[in-house]
Amino acid sequence: MITFDAVSKHYRGQTVAVDKLSLTAPSGKLTIFVGPSGCGKTTSLRMVNRLIAPSSGRILLDGEPTDTMDVAVLRRKIGYVIQNAGLFPHRTVAQNIATTARLNGTPKDQALRIAHELLERVGLSSAFANRYPWQLSGGQQQRVGVARALASDPKFMLMDEPFSAVDPVVRGQLQDEFLRLQRDIGKTIIMVTHDIDEALKLGDQVVVLRTGGTLAQVATPQELLARPADDFVADFIGRDRGYRVLGFAEFAKGGVPLGAEPTATLGATPETLRQIATDRWVLVADSMNRPLGWADVDSVKGPLRDGDLNLSGTLAVEGSSLRHVLDAALSSPSGRGVIVGQSGELMGTVTLSHVAEAIEAARTGRMGTQP
Amino acid sequence: MRFDWLYRESGRIAELFLWHLGLSVIPVVIGLLLALPLGWLAQRAGFFRSTLLGAAGLLYTIPSLALFVLLPLVLGTRILDPMNVVVALTVYALALLVRTVSDGLESVPPDVIQAANAMGYRRLPRLFVVELPLAVPVIAAGLRVAVVSNVSIVSVAALIGTPQLGLLFTQGLQLRFLTPIIAGIVLCVLLAALLDGLVLFAAKRMTPWQPGGAER
Repeated sequence: MITFDAVSKHYRGQTVAVDKLSLTAPSGKLTIFVGPSGCGKTTSLRMVNRLIAPSSGRILLDGEPTDTMDVAVLRRKIGYVIQNAGLFPHRTVAQNIATTARLNGTPKDQALRIAHELLERVGLSSAFANRYPWQLSGGQQQRVGVARALASDPKFMLMDEPFSAVDPVVRGQLQDEFLRLQRDIGKTIIMVTHDIDEALKLGDQVVVLRTGGTLAQVATPQELLARPADDFVADFIGRDRGYRVLGFAEFAKGGVPLGAEPTATLGATPETLRQIATDRWVLVADSMNRPLGWADVDSVKGPLRDGDLNLSGTLAVEGSSLRHVLDAALSSPSGRGVIVGQSGELMGTVTLSHVAEAIEAARTGRMGTQP
Repeated sequence: MRFDWLYRESGRIAELFLWHLGLSVIPVVIGLLLALPLGWLAQRAGFFRSTLLGAAGLLYTIPSLALFVLLPLVLGTRILDPMNVVVALTVYALALLVRTVSDGLESVPPDVIQAANAMGYRRLPRLFVVELPLAVPVIAAGLRVAVVSNVSIVSVAALIGTPQLGLLFTQGLQLRFLTPIIAGIVLCVLLAALLDGLVLFAAKRMTPWQPGGAER
């Protein structure tokens, strides 16, 4: 548990970065600080391990005030992950990861053993152990940064925009993997982000801060979407709040009936396509029955080529949230959303009206169970 | 070119070469050892930075011959004492290297410093384990300049009679005899190239982590 007790930070007596912040980041949970730039979220984070000294107020770790601790000892207790990983360029990946364990007094060979275990834990093969940071991509460096923070097995972790310096695809992967990891390790984490989607996706608890460093709202992501405290919070979460609610687990169970979808393969002639087609669009799959895209029967002139495919439709993995299912249906040129299994094989398609019914059903269910 | 002369004098030339080597290297080594703490102080901004770097710049503008002649008055040494040359060249090396060390420490990425602080490194371990190793490429570049320029400044000390290759130049001039001058130039260039290569080699060995530096 990390407790902020009326914590303020003023610079040179005039600009207020953080104003009397009081909140609790519960043990084993991921708390996210989110807000526009200038809201003091990073300042607040850095006051926890005293990279920035609070002007007034106290921060407590499991009830123990941090201001009286030796600063190096305090920092060694807390895992820290920053935006560009901040790896030591002159040390190999394994040595980088081992650093925090070494600082906490773990013998060298044991620290390196831990480093090798963590490397796999964060999704990198042991082949990376002896590489230097410059030989890694941004996403890989970030994984190493997370592993380094974990090597001392800290109870607390601070993460400062850990996933924002990588491209959106890698960011999504890192977020998913990190959620899985956190489910196993259950650290008490405070993470800072400016990305409300990331906050809603990852957070057990979301702390919204407003410019000037005051607290706007502390809530679970669901509560935040359902009951924003004021105009500022509502505005910050954005216009498509209703759509975002679909991303939460309670909607995931609402089954949408799957329709069978005939498929064609590349090389099919226009005649074959017309025989298969139920309307203007035919789904094209590869030899493993993995969907490739949609072909427009009317515009295909010769044997079907890659270039003929319309790739606008997104795929929803079976069992994912209604947000993904709805998106698959909305983005598909045929109006039928493609649902695939875990290994990418076609399961069937859903129609927009079936998705809408499922949303309706889930919504009634949710409203009914509310106190 | 009189090779018979070279052959006859080879013993003395070798001795001068070794003197030249010593007078070039020792001041740079002492200069570096002094520059490390001073450069570290300079890099920590504020008052020290402008004062130290300003003073270092000024020192470097004093003509070497003037320094060779003045130092005995300051140090109380005899005019022909090689110690004068060592001290003078140490001053030059120091003047160059304070800036180099400060720039080297400055070149360490702020992300890395921040990460080191956040992990709980104390100041001195951070300096030795993180900052100095990362400053090696910049410091080595400055060291190469210091070593090579020292090799050439040493020869000026021939004018006050300190033994080193510069004596071959004064001798050649007095005798209107080209062979010792050519031999002196060749050996100076050779020495400079050798020391430069040595620093380069050492720096490469110390930075296997640099792109293109490792044979992994």
